[in-house]
Amino acid sequence: MGWIAEHVESIKSMKIRDTLSQLITLGMIVSTALIIWKALMCLTGSESPVVVVLSGSMEPGFKRGDILFLHMSEAPFRAGEIVVYNVEGKQIPIVHRVIEVHEQENSGKVDILTKGDANDWNDRSLYAYGQNWLKPQQIMGRAVGFVPYAGWVTIIMTEKPIIKYILVGALGLLVITSKD
Amino acid sequence: MHSFGYRANAVLTFALTILALMCAIASFSDNFNFPSPSAEIQIVGFNGFKKKPHGNDEVSLTMNITADLQSLFTWNTKQLFIFVAAEYETPQNSLNQVSLWDAIILAKEHAKFWIQTKNKYRFVDQGSNLRGKDFNLTLHWHVMPKTGKMFADKLVMSGFRIPEEHSL
Repeated sequence: MGWIAEHVESIKSMKIRDTLSQLITLGMIVSTALIIWKALMCLTGSESPVVVVLSGSMEPGFKRGDILFLHMSEAPFRAGEIVVYNVEGKQIPIVHRVIEVHEQENSGKVDILTKGDANDWNDRSLYAYGQNWLKPQQIMGRAVGFVPYAGWVTIIMTEKPIIKYILVGALGLLVITSKD
Repeated sequence: MHSFGYRANAVLTFALTILALMCAIASFSDNFNFPSPSAEIQIVGFNGFKKKPHGNDEVSLTMNITADLQSLFTWNTKQLFIFVAAEYETPQNSLNQVSLWDAIILAKEHAKFWIQTKNKYRFVDQGSNLRGKDFNLTLHWHVMPKTGKMFADKLVMSGFRIPEEHSL
């Protein structure tokens, strides 16, 4: 294709200073993205301010591929809140609703039980072996808002990594060979 | 500057920005809705109250739930998730919330309803503290939008009491 030949031509005719300036621009773009992500982490108080819904256990409210915005506060967890939590030993966080809370004021012990809206059974079978209740420390944040379908990009890139490489490669090529 | 790549990039960025803006405005419009929901729960009867082998009390009951939640729906509402939770205090735990029943309402027409139902989920205490216990039944609703911020609220109905004696 003439498009590729054009880009190879432009790579050959570049000078050192231009190359360096392109690299710095690339670095700036990446750093800006990182700064925005970290700032979001501070604002929302959560380690992971944006998560993608991976399973259909909260349908029809949240479908696979939706993006959830999380917020974490010191306020105690109450029944009905949609929380995102990690099970010890498992990597993928789970987004389900709190259905039971048992709180002891004196010792500060709180036991939480969760269940996905579309599941018939509560989450006990998902918790770690021998664990019957969820602890507040395992919860990463509460879901406060969401955007539908926007997370499909992440799902596709995670499940078919080849697409991730193609995309990053093409973007890198575009940035390096742009005539700015 | 006018190659296909640049044009595609510009169109895509513009499209995404506009979509994000539309989602934000749609969500913001939900703030202009001032709902006036109403609900009532009556306990028809207690079907069983037993002490399980591990020492935890379990209650089984039938209730009548009447509600009019139509005013909670806006054009940006995808569904209404409602549930009834029993709240009570015991010497062991200062707060207990146990969800007894829930439902998903997908359309405004279905938001005005009457239902008689047994508790969907088991009402089990952490321990054996339920005899003669006073408890509240709270109807919670969670407005899940088509896009944007979720709203939640509740209506507390108090004055319910568990029977004094265990029954088979």
